[in-house]
Amino acid sequence: MKASAGGYARANDLREALDLLANADGQGRVLAGGQSLIAAMNMRLSTGDMLVDISRIAELAGVAEDGETLRIGALTRHAAVGADPLVKTHVPLLAEATGHIAHAAIRNRGTIGGALSHADPAAEFPACALALGASMEIAGPDGSRTVAAEDFFEDVFTTALAEGEILTALTVPKQRPGEAQLIEEVARRSGDYALVGLCLVKRDAGHRVALFSVGATPILARACMARLDAGDLDGAVTALQGEIDPPSDTQASAAYRRHLAGVLLRRAMARLTGVPA
Amino acid sequence: MTEMFRDKIDVEITVNGEPVEARVPAGQHLIDFLRQTVGLTGAHASCEHGVCGACTVEVDGASVRGCLMLAAQADGAEVWTVEGLTERGRIADLQAAFIAHNALQCGFCTPGMLVACDELLRRGGTPSRAEIREHLSGNYCRCTGYEAIVDAVETVAKARAGKGAA
Repeated sequence: MKASAGGYARANDLREALDLLANADGQGRVLAGGQSLIAAMNMRLSTGDMLVDISRIAELAGVAEDGETLRIGALTRHAAVGADPLVKTHVPLLAEATGHIAHAAIRNRGTIGGALSHADPAAEFPACALALGASMEIAGPDGSRTVAAEDFFEDVFTTALAEGEILTALTVPKQRPGEAQLIEEVARRSGDYALVGLCLVKRDAGHRVALFSVGATPILARACMARLDAGDLDGAVTALQGEIDPPSDTQASAAYRRHLAGVLLRRAMARLTGVPA
Repeated sequence: MTEMFRDKIDVEITVNGEPVEARVPAGQHLIDFLRQTVGLTGAHASCEHGVCGACTVEVDGASVRGCLMLAAQADGAEVWTVEGLTERGRIADLQAAFIAHNALQCGFCTPGMLVACDELLRRGGTPSRAEIREHLSGNYCRCTGYEAIVDAVETVAKARAGKGAA
């Protein structure tokens, strides 16, 4: 179908974008890469939006080192995240995850900030942010604030972003020596949304496991993480399967998703330890 | 202050090397602008939600979905469609290989396939069949001509590598 937009305005800087949102009578929608928003508009899931096109705001794109963290601008496109040498070196999870996100032409347009703000429960970057313990930088009419990934994803397509606010960057701790990060997922076609996906980060402080496509938001599997820290993989699989409540849909049943989650955890641990699952 | 939002937007886009000025509706897809306003019907509007890849065109040097980008967003951009790439001769060997390997069949997906394949081949090197399949995973062929398409792309990649060309 064809998209139905209420209006369009292009912001040249962040201040202008915030002003536009403030003046959109509650109909404002931030347009970045548009790879989910325009698809939703085409399917008439969203109509009458006052589109605030932020995609030209150069200050919101790019990756920079900031001490022990990496700051990734919200408008950094998926392809740029995947190819960035700083990301590859310091946050390899994000680089690996990029390969699972849709297809080349979509990765060329989609942005990491857009993916995080859209908060699709089947998307890779929100789960990565959760597994990494990332922080979201948010700008609003009254200034900026920071929200931890664990507090950012609230429900299906719902985040801690308030009306009139814009996600400006993601801040991620750099990988430390001895740390390992990886992602595993199962999809029906390469690049399609995951039936189930799993991010695993192993740090000195312990394991972090985030799952996606198993609930309304990406989920940090705390019971599973505790069992992994104790060196009990079988217990971790059981714990994981007990703490998720996946949906049944036309793609997969809840029972199949629960089974896959366990398979993915075993695969991830096999890659991590070099011991076949 | 909602007058800041417009339902018609003036754009200047370079399409296949030629400047185009137009006033486009706020919600118009780039692919519809190219087909209906500019008259370039090579790339196809098909699924219109980013799944099938038939609308793939090149914008500022990268392949994009013509149905997931608004014409308004292309203001100032350099757009190439299969017609322009054909005229430049940039994909002549790829097109010849598609014909030789019977990789186009009904031809509906072919313009999008060619733009997607062109992007892969311009990276240089000789991609494996798995890498070719991965890169083309976002382009549907309803005739299921994938094997022949992969054959054609692989042939061109090897031929270009043999000549030392990128």
